[in-house]
Amino acid sequence: MSINTFFQHLSNGLALGSLYALIAIGYTMVYGILRLINFAHGEIFMISTYVVFYGVSIFYLPWWVSIIVAIVITGLLGIIVERAAYRPLRNSPRISVMISAIGASFLIQNLAIVIFGGRPKSFPIPDYFNTVIQVQGVSVPIVNFFIPVITLVALVILIYIIEKTKTGMAMRAVSRDYETARLMGISVDNIVSITFGLGSLMAAIGGVMWGLKYPNLIPLIGLMPGLKAFIAAVIGGIGNIKGAVLGGFLLGMTEIMIIASLPNVTGYRDAFAFILLIGILIYKPSGLLGQDIGEKV
Amino acid sequence: MISIHDLHVYYGGIHALRGVSLSVSKGQIVSLIGANGAGKSTTLRSIMTLEKPRSGQIIYKDKDITQTKTTELVKDGLILVPEGRHVFTNLTVEENLILGAYARKDAKAVNEDMQWVYELFPRLKERSRQRAGTMSGGEQQMLAVGRALMSAPELLLMDEPSLGLAPLIVRDIFNIIKKISERGVTILLIEQNAKVALEISDYAYVMETGNIVLEGRGKELLNDENVKKAYLGA
Repeated sequence: MSINTFFQHLSNGLALGSLYALIAIGYTMVYGILRLINFAHGEIFMISTYVVFYGVSIFYLPWWVSIIVAIVITGLLGIIVERAAYRPLRNSPRISVMISAIGASFLIQNLAIVIFGGRPKSFPIPDYFNTVIQVQGVSVPIVNFFIPVITLVALVILIYIIEKTKTGMAMRAVSRDYETARLMGISVDNIVSITFGLGSLMAAIGGVMWGLKYPNLIPLIGLMPGLKAFIAAVIGGIGNIKGAVLGGFLLGMTEIMIIASLPNVTGYRDAFAFILLIGILIYKPSGLLGQDIGEKV
Repeated sequence: MISIHDLHVYYGGIHALRGVSLSVSKGQIVSLIGANGAGKSTTLRSIMTLEKPRSGQIIYKDKDITQTKTTELVKDGLILVPEGRHVFTNLTVEENLILGAYARKDAKAVNEDMQWVYELFPRLKERSRQRAGTMSGGEQQMLAVGRALMSAPELLLMDEPSLGLAPLIVRDIFNIIKKISERGVTILLIEQNAKVALEISDYAYVMETGNIVLEGRGKELLNDENVKKAYLGA
């Protein structure tokens, strides 16, 4: 691998890792509060890409308006999925909620096949994003700069909300103890909705940028990225937002670097994610940044 | 301020409260004493509607609150310091206090209360940026009380504030309870430590197996032969 191609792969790895990180956040936030893996999260991500497609191709909205519409609709979809599929089961055994999550995932996926059709669609990309720029002789598509920068901005805003605002404090409190949170006057249902909304917003931002980089849209597009992001969240330590980001970058980078250095095994690229997961879980079952806070009882 | 009439609560098939009636007037300190399992915590949890009574009434500020949401009661000045402290161990001391005032809108009054809590518990001020989970049991209890004060309580329910604390710290906590009362907050207190509780109480109820079996002024109960035998170890 020459130094030039190395930097190209590096930029691809950063971009893919950013996308995994954005999706992984949704899994980890929901798990932190409900102890639930939201299996419909990959589908929520998929819907955001189609909203942009239809916004531009059917409603003739300007590209950037479609993006905003997609982010808002996807955020609402996350909240609706929680209301319809999870909230009625708030006091049920965890296995029921998990099955409901799998059901929600299949439902959205199959509805998408019926409504959007199985034939691939092409994500609308403004010409600007097709530009390739040369840096010191390395040619890098401009989206590879764009994706990590937007991801970073989104992450900084999200972490600010969680660490500094009263709503963020309430989210952290609810993740620890529902009943005591209620005793502070915190509405647990509202906080759960906000969590699903924020997680879905992040998935939508990821979805839009996924479309810019991999413009081939099919209704199953949420499946693999969703699964990989879930793995990223587990690798980083599920429930921990910084862990999800770390896991996302680690997974994206590993995947790109392995297929770059061993072109013969490209067909196995999805297997590497699972091997990495198994390896890390054997040595650190709680994930890289898994929660172990010093506590006195 | 609050009165409970013939309250019955079940946990599955267990009849935990068997017709409890009691009342607390504005400005009083009232304590509820009795052995483990007598139903003291259940009574306080029912007031906060964390348990749903099968029958009976709880009248707070002239309204029956048995169907009211916990979060609404909190906005109306009814605040519980739960048994076992339940501070948010993953949050800092200051964040815990801020969440105590979650439902309040008046930033200036909240700020003043924060200063008051820091005056009452200088230790909390020293540790304001520390995670609550890293503090000692006594410090966590101070935080639990301070957090409740941040909610602007009118009626403060306290479930075993001295549980598991060293005797010196128990004295501190009870001195603080007196100071809180002097600010006009009405207090309904559960205590295992009957002697200390009766000393500061205007009125007290003794519970046994889901019933109130005895009631009277705090000082009277201190001298009651049955109470002495059962709870004061005399």
